[in-house]
Parts: sequence; C-alpha cells; structure tokens
Amino acid sequence: MSGFLFAGFGGQGILFSGKLLAKIGLAHGKQVSWLPSYGPEMRGGTANCSVIIDDEPIGSPLVTKPDVLVVLNLPSFEKFEKTVKKGGVLIVDSSLIDKKSERKDINSYYIPASMLASENGLEGLANVIIFGHMMKATGIFDYAAVEKVLVDSTPKSKPQLAELNAKALSLGYGWQE
Amino acid sequence: MSEKVLMKGNEAIAEAAMRAGCKLFFGYPITPQTDLSEYLAKQMPKRGGLMLQAESEVAAINMVLGASAAGERVMTSSSSPGVSLKSEGISYIVGSDIPCVIVNVQRGGPGLGGIQPAQSDYFQATKALGHGDMHIIVLAPANIQEMALLTGEAFDLADIYRTPVMILADGALGQMMEPVDFGAKPVRELPAKDWACNGHGHKRLRNIVNSLYIQPEELERLNIERFERYKKIEENEVKYEEYLTEDAEITLVAYGITARIARTAVKLARAEGIKAGLFRPITLYPFPKKQLFELADKTNRFLSVEMSMGQMVDDVKLAVEFKKPVTHYGRTGGVIPSPEEILDEIRRLRREI
Amino acid sequence: MINVFENPKALTDIASHYCPGCTHGIAHRLVAEAIDALDIEGQTIGVAPVGCAVFAYNYFNCDMVQAPHGRAPAVATGIKRANPDNFVFTYQGDGDLAAIGTAETIHAAARGENITVIFINNAIYGMTGGQMAPTSIPGQVTTTSPYGRKPEIQGFPLRISEMMATIDGVAYAERVALDNVKNVRRAKVAIQKAFEVQRDKKGFSIIELLSTCPTNWGVSPVTALDYVREKMIPYYPLGVYKDITASKKEASE
Repeated sequence: MSGFLFAGFGGQGILFSGKLLAKIGLAHGKQVSWLPSYGPEMRGGTANCSVIIDDEPIGSPLVTKPDVLVVLNLPSFEKFEKTVKKGGVLIVDSSLIDKKSERKDINSYYIPASMLASENGLEGLANVIIFGHMMKATGIFDYAAVEKVLVDSTPKSKPQLAELNAKALSLGYGWQE
Repeated sequence: MSEKVLMKGNEAIAEAAMRAGCKLFFGYPITPQTDLSEYLAKQMPKRGGLMLQAESEVAAINMVLGASAAGERVMTSSSSPGVSLKSEGISYIVGSDIPCVIVNVQRGGPGLGGIQPAQSDYFQATKALGHGDMHIIVLAPANIQEMALLTGEAFDLADIYRTPVMILADGALGQMMEPVDFGAKPVRELPAKDWACNGHGHKRLRNIVNSLYIQPEELERLNIERFERYKKIEENEVKYEEYLTEDAEITLVAYGITARIARTAVKLARAEGIKAGLFRPITLYPFPKKQLFELADKTNRFLSVEMSMGQMVDDVKLAVEFKKPVTHYGRTGGVIPSPEEILDEIRRLRREI
Repeated sequence: MINVFENPKALTDIASHYCPGCTHGIAHRLVAEAIDALDIEGQTIGVAPVGCAVFAYNYFNCDMVQAPHGRAPAVATGIKRANPDNFVFTYQGDGDLAAIGTAETIHAAARGENITVIFINNAIYGMTGGQMAPTSIPGQVTTTSPYGRKPEIQGFPLRISEMMATIDGVAYAERVALDNVKNVRRAKVAIQKAFEVQRDKKGFSIIELLSTCPTNWGVSPVTALDYVREKMIPYYPLGVYKDITASKKEASE
C-alpha cells in the first residue's frame, strides 16, 4: 500500500493532483481512494487530500502517515513533514517554502515549482510541475502512462491546456537540483 | 463490459438514483452532501428529470411527499442538522405508506456540530427518525461502489414495501472518490402503484394519500399492519458482511466508513496472532440481530466500533442477549479513528480474555 | 322536470363534519363547482391541510393528498412537478397558510408554481378550539388573546392577498368574502378563474375567502356573517390584488 498526501493552499490545484494520481492508479488496475479535506478551508485556507493506491481493498481513506508527502505551502510543511513514514518521500515547493527537513530517515526533494511555472509560461501549473518531480522521485508508474492520463483529464474544450499540462509534467520530471 | 469511473460518493448516489429511474430530487444545500444536488442539478434536466432547490429541508421533504404521492420515484438528501428538519415529513410519509429515498451524509453533532464525518445519527436513523410508531429501512454503504449499488436497491425496497429508505453515509464517504461501476443491477419485481394520486381520469375510484386516522382502532390496525411489513423486511432483506469471523475470539462490529477501518485493524491484529474478525451490518434497520445472536456462540466478545459515543453498541447488546460481553470503542465530533488505535483496543481486550 | 338544485359532481356524498353556520361548506361547494365547470375532476389532485379542513380529502371526488401542517404548497409542488398536466389545488386555513406554513406559501408563490391555493381566512384557529390566528384582527378575543389581540403584545395580522400581489410568480390573487349571496357569487367566479389561470399555465393563483367560525367566535351564524362585513372586510378589503391576464389584455388594447 502507498499513501500519498498533497497539501497546500486552496486554489493551488491540490485536489487536482490527488485526482490525477488516483486516475493513474485506476488506469493501472489498482484499488484507489481519494479523500479531500472539505469545508471552509477549501476557500483560501489550507487544503489537502489523501490518495491511497493499493492491490488490496482500501481500509481507511485517510492518510495520516504518508509514504509520499507533497507540500506547497509552509503551514502544510510544518503540519505534515513529521508525519512522513520512515523511508518515505517528501517533495517541497522550495519557491514557497524556505525550510528544509532535518529528518535523516526520509528522502526529501526540493523543487521551486511555482517559480519554474512563472518562468516558463505555466502559470497555475506548479502543481503539475511538482507532480512530475514526484513521479521521478518515487518511480511509481510509467511516464508515458501518466502523461496520457493527464492529457485525458484536461477538459476537451481546452486543448492548449493539455499541451501546457504535458509541458509542466515534463519540466518537473526532468528538473534537477 | 462496463467501465469503472472515479467518482465521489455523493455523485455516485446521484448517478445511481438517476439510473434507478429517480425523476425528481428536492433538496437544500448543506455540507458535506451538497455535491449530490449539484450533480443532479447539472444532469437531471439533460436526462428528463428535475432537481429543485427548496426553501428549506422542511419544504424539500414535503415536495418529496407530493411527488411520491403522485407515483414518481423521488429522492432528497441532506446532512445531520437538515435531516432533523425533515423528520416531520418523514413521519408523514411513513404514515401515508408511500416510498421515497432519503440520504443522510452524516456530520458531527449535536446542534450545528461540525462538518467532518460522523456516525452519530444512528439512533435517529434507526429508532427516532420521526414521531409515532415507525421505522424506515436504513442502508449503510461502506464504499463508493456500494453507495451506487445500495441506492438502486433503496428505490426498489421503497417501492416494494411502500416505505422511505435511508442511505446512511457520512462526510468521508460522501466526499471521497473511488472507482465505481454502474453495471446492470439485478431487476426486482415491483408492485404497481395503484394508490398514486395522479388523476383518476374517471377510470378508477379516487385515491387518497393520508396519514390521519381519528379512530384509535383503525390507527392501531394500520400500525400493526406496518409492523408486519417490517417483519417481512427483516425476514427477507437483512444484509451484512463477515470477515474472518469463523474463528474470531474478538469480533468487531462496525458499519459504513468505520467498518473499512476496522477491517484494516483486524488484519493488523491477525498479523500479531490475535484472532480478530469483523461483522459489518449493511442494513442498520432491520439490524442483523439473528446473525449476531448466532455469532455469539463462536466468539468470546464483541467490540462495536463507531464514530459516535456509542449508539449501535446498544443494538449489538440487544442482539447478543448477554451471551457474550459487548463493549464500545468510538471517536466523535468528526474524528475518524485510525486502524492503529482500534488495534490498541483489540490488544487491550485480548489481555482481558 | 327541471332539476333546480343538485350537488356538484366533484363533491362526495359524505356528510361534512363542519359546524352549523360554518362557511367551509360553501367554500367546498364553490371549489367543486369550478372543477365541474371545467370538467377536470379526473385530472385534479387536491391537497388537504391540517386544521378544520383536514378532512377535505373525504369530501372531494378527485384524488386527494393530506399534507403536514402548513406544508400543503410544498406537497402540491411535488405533485405538480411530477405531473405538470394535472390540476393541483391546496385548501388551507389561516394558521396553516399564514403561520406555520408561511415559508412554503411564499416560496411556492415565488417559484410561480402552477397551482391554485384556496385560502380560508376566518381569523381564528378552529380545530384546536379558538386560538389566535396570524389573521386575528386587533382587538379580537380568542382563547390565547383573552383580552383582545393587542398589537403591542401579539403583533399585527398578516394581509396575505396584498403580500402575494408583490410576488412575481403570482398570476392571480383575489380576496372575496362568503358573507352574502352577491359575494358568494363573486367568490365562485374568482375560484373558477384561478383554475383557469392554472389551466393556461400562467402561474400561482390564490383566492382568499373571508370566512366565519361561529363556534369559536362564540356567536350565531347570522351574527358571524355580520362580523365578516363589519370587522373583517374593513381590515381585509375585497378585490383583485393581482391579475396578470388583465394587465396583458390592457397592454394589448
């Protein structure tokens, strides 16, 4: 079983990232669950969502000890960094969070996703950039399959967005510190 | 082959309702079930139905009463505080012996409470949903697939037994996404709605849908008749699931979202050599009393796990009839228990045996 | 032989439970006559309220649904939305329509539900035995305003027809009285018009009937009719408060 937690501000595409991962899991014939935080925090406060990918039927959909944590703001870093499982993976948007994890028992990756987004004409797609980087860091799922699900998840009415999404994914996947 | 789609529980209920032939939906926004009505607002007009936002929960359930009396498949949904408002109408619908489906995506209470998932409306749903001698069928799905499946089933049960049926879910099930397959559900034989008020057209006698009976003997007769129907429901429609109960020393009893967490706890316990099992009621009313009574001969004790201060535990005790000890473990106010804390409780009970 | 009097077909043969001198009987008859005149009994569903008229479901020959207290317009909404080609009417008293069911009344009107509301305003609660109604007039003695309704304590009555006229979804609103032959004839015309408005799918129609309750007013039936004339009509003036069919006619002239 792998538990993923995506966390940041409402509006950063946290829920989309989670959905994307769940869809990728589904496309690979896995059991998946996606659980958002909901309520007032959706509107401008902190938002997060739990995604579980498993071969077995999923018990609790709530990820309290993530195997993989992706954080896009400082409050989320401070709240969840300590919850990552031993041997787990932490991905940080370093353009928004100027802190580093001091934990030695997890693998931490830092990518200035928001900065890369604005530098590359990919405004609003920092979540996809950091998602690409997470794919590389964790090595789960094949890149081509992920790209296909991403493009398929983009509304058909916005073909140019599909292209930008693919570009963002590739940028994050290939980015090196 | 039908395809699995990723869907929120609230949306799965909405989609399944339309597929079950639900033509009308009346509701009022409340977190965490609002996406259900939003989905229907978008889909129903395209598919020959109507979603109407009422001025209140009170009005919504009475619109349901009207549409049901007119013979249509109709649904309303809400979350805990809103369901309290509907209770008057639900009692009238029961008293009128007409079908409908009511969804409660539970949140923490009492009062305005919170908006996080809870299971603290168990008593309300199974024992006190309205005034008078009454019950309604209560179904408790534990995953999104089941939310779809049981919604279709709910409409059939409602029509067959002429009673409201409640889907008792919670904020987590409502909000979470899982793959769901809307494949064909088994077709049940449904009675004709020859009682419907849709205009007699001078072809039949007038129909009256009513819940007032001034003569005590008449009201008593009708109540007894309704409870005979409940008996039939109990004989034919009880649903439950067992997991590793055959040799379990400690049998957890849990429904809905808690059941799946308890299942993980059972697995963890088994990995430590503790013989734990899980009994999951799917129908909360009628409660699988007989099955638990029989199970009491095989197990040493029962642990009711709920997201409440202990409500279903009473039904477990009543079912077990003091054959074995029954205790409760729960979280409340919107807190979802972790498998680990349930495991701790299992360990504690193991030491007591 | 010419038949000079017969019961409307839309009324059953069941003897009503209403008190002697109560105008519910007249109101029932007028509704039934309108149903007969338009020949719509087979397509009509009536909604009975809670209150004295709760047994209305026994008296009309069309299909009938009995609603919780005040919820008749919501129940009627459900019936009408399920079968938009049926005729749906509610028959409600003042407590039902103007107190506990105010929200349902106003919002059904605001949605322009294509239903007809028959509103019996007798300024008192009949079934529970003479308590103050939302329409009891200032000074009126009831069992819960034994010293007369005092606006500074119990507040003011609601003028429903006037209020309905301000709502866009309302197609027709008229207040009539059942105190004399002339007014009863006018009431008959108004009720039939309300059903015609529904037939033509114009929207919400409401007819308010100033009615008597000799039993709970504690007066004779004849004195009760005088009370309607002398006390109620001055407070609740008769007339058409809204008629979108008329304004359209005027516009085209």
